[in-house]
Amino acid sequence: MSSSPENLTVKVEFSGGLELLFSNKRTHTITLPAHTPSTSTTPTTIRDLVIYLCDELMRDPRRDLFVLDGTVRPGILVLINDADWELEGEDAYEVKNGDSILFVSTLHGG
Amino acid sequence: MIAISHTLIRQSVSTAFSKPSMSLDQTVESLKRQIASHESLLEDLRRQLAEAQFNQPPPGAQESQEQTFQASDDPLAHDLSHGIAEDYMNEVFAALSRPQGDHSPPNRWPLSQDEYKRYGRQLIMPEIGLQGQLRLKNASVLIIGAGGLGCPAAAYLVGAGVGTLGLVDEDVVEHSNLHRQILHSTARVGMSKVDSALVSLQSLNPNVNLVPHHGRLTPETAISTVQPYDIVLDCTDTPASRYLISDTCVLLGKPLVSASALRIDGQLMVLNNPPRSAGDPTGGPCYRCIFPKPPPPESVVTCGDGGILGPVVGTMGVLQALEAIKVLTRASTSENEQPVTEPPTLLIFSAYANPMFRSIRLRARKPKCAACSAHATVTPEALNSGSLDYVQFCGMIDPVNLLSPDERISAENYAKLRSEVNPYTGMEPAKDSHVLVDVREKVQFELCSIDGSVNIPFADVSGFPIPQPTASAAIPDDSHWVHELKNIPDKPIFVVCRRGNDSQVVVRKLKQLGLDNDGQRWIGDIKGGLIAWREKIDSDFPEYY
Ligand SMILES: [Zn+2]
Repeated sequence: MSSSPENLTVKVEFSGGLELLFSNKRTHTITLPAHTPSTSTTPTTIRDLVIYLCDELMRDPRRDLFVLDGTVRPGILVLINDADWELEGEDAYEVKNGDSILFVSTLHGG
Repeated sequence: MIAISHTLIRQSVSTAFSKPSMSLDQTVESLKRQIASHESLLEDLRRQLAEAQFNQPPPGAQESQEQTFQASDDPLAHDLSHGIAEDYMNEVFAALSRPQGDHSPPNRWPLSQDEYKRYGRQLIMPEIGLQGQLRLKNASVLIIGAGGLGCPAAAYLVGAGVGTLGLVDEDVVEHSNLHRQILHSTARVGMSKVDSALVSLQSLNPNVNLVPHHGRLTPETAISTVQPYDIVLDCTDTPASRYLISDTCVLLGKPLVSASALRIDGQLMVLNNPPRSAGDPTGGPCYRCIFPKPPPPESVVTCGDGGILGPVVGTMGVLQALEAIKVLTRASTSENEQPVTEPPTLLIFSAYANPMFRSIRLRARKPKCAACSAHATVTPEALNSGSLDYVQFCGMIDPVNLLSPDERISAENYAKLRSEVNPYTGMEPAKDSHVLVDVREKVQFELCSIDGSVNIPFADVSGFPIPQPTASAAIPDDSHWVHELKNIPDKPIFVVCRRGNDSQVVVRKLKQLGLDNDGQRWIGDIKGGLIAWREKIDSDFPEYY
């Protein structure tokens, strides 16, 4: 995994139907700036990653199926390295190089 | 009933050489179904009778039972003398030799002969053992939803010998259920799901007390329905029911095994485990802790719309039964201690991923949870009074109403347009006088489609960027369908989908893309979609939903 100090490379995964919004692909390797804005010294957080995904990765125009009111919409669990993001500080979590971020939409069928 | 059937049979025999009418066909079908279901009930009663007679203790039964223990055909006897851990053997002997009171009991063993035979393969496992089996036998389980999750879950719990199993459902069995809802049968299509499931479960294990609950769980009925049970399995399929069931379980202190499935994915959580009172942070999180806000209704996809693979939902239902057995029997592995509960996790199953299973660590109870915290606003009074509106809380999708009446055509009028001679010109309609665009997914289009229609899937259209007025007019290369529609600027475009919702969105989008040539070309959709087409025009069109 080659990544300059200015960039982070993370694994982003989608599950529970969210992959349909991202070219029907479950696993993506994303390289994004380590600071947001990239010229600043502010570390990139999950909040920034979500906006990045919407702008750079999502081709489907139905953004509100992923993001609502500036954060991940209700009904989506965010898991950072296999742990609930609530254990890690939710969307203020500072993304580290090599992190694995999983977005899971709840299912309701039965 | 029998007299009526007899008359009908004679009628159908007497008309055997004439063409039977539809209603007689239907009567025959219905009678066949009823006979089949009664036969299976009857068969079951006969077997129960035989078992009861077999188990009737003959005079001097005490002695003969003692001999049975020595008999080599008892699976437990074999295992007790061949390689069972000594401490476990002691546990079994201790339980077996418990004093049974002053007068001689009718049965000196804690389980019946049938039960030793039936459960032998799980009894000999240290995870269950005799104590575990007795815990199961004393336990009552409520399964809410007798569908793709509830059927396998109920089958395994009844098979394992829980004492009481309640089943809640308001639906009747449909053909489209049968590929995954394994307790039902073709003969029982039309029967209530609860009754149909009970027929199967009763014949699987007559030792279990089965309790039917017909109808939907509502806020008003939830507490009284759930109260008598030890543990609840949420096998329902809507967000509203999931919040209602979770709230009820928190109020009543019941652990909840919650699962769901769609397409090739499944999810499983054991909630409110341990089931401590609201405000106790050592209790397990509830559904509201994990999902404080319901998902937007337009993001909720049903199995009817998204599809579901039978073994996927079956896997999740089986895992629910497994988690319930673990919760109900767990005390048997630790002595004189509080049962150890696993930290809360979400199990994610993805049938086509590798690995297929992932387990995710979940949060503890939320300090501000509306249901399980010290600040809970969900109370028994609020629930009973009906003031908590779960359907409202979760929202509903407004019916799609994007188009004006002159942008829509009924299935009947569209059919006329395809077949009728133009009254003004006397011309036969040409096949290619218009374009019919079917916007269902490709896989659905390949199942069946109206003759001459072309497939442009909804996702392709909705995902297509609307060109900015300032940008160059170039259309991306991968959008040949836009070019093709542009190349035939005179032909009206009719858009069709399954129900007539997506088609409206697509009509809007095509106009935004300028394909109507500033109003020169008509673009509209077929009201009610292919469902209306099937109902009104072509009853042979396959009904796959
Ligand atoms: Zn809670």
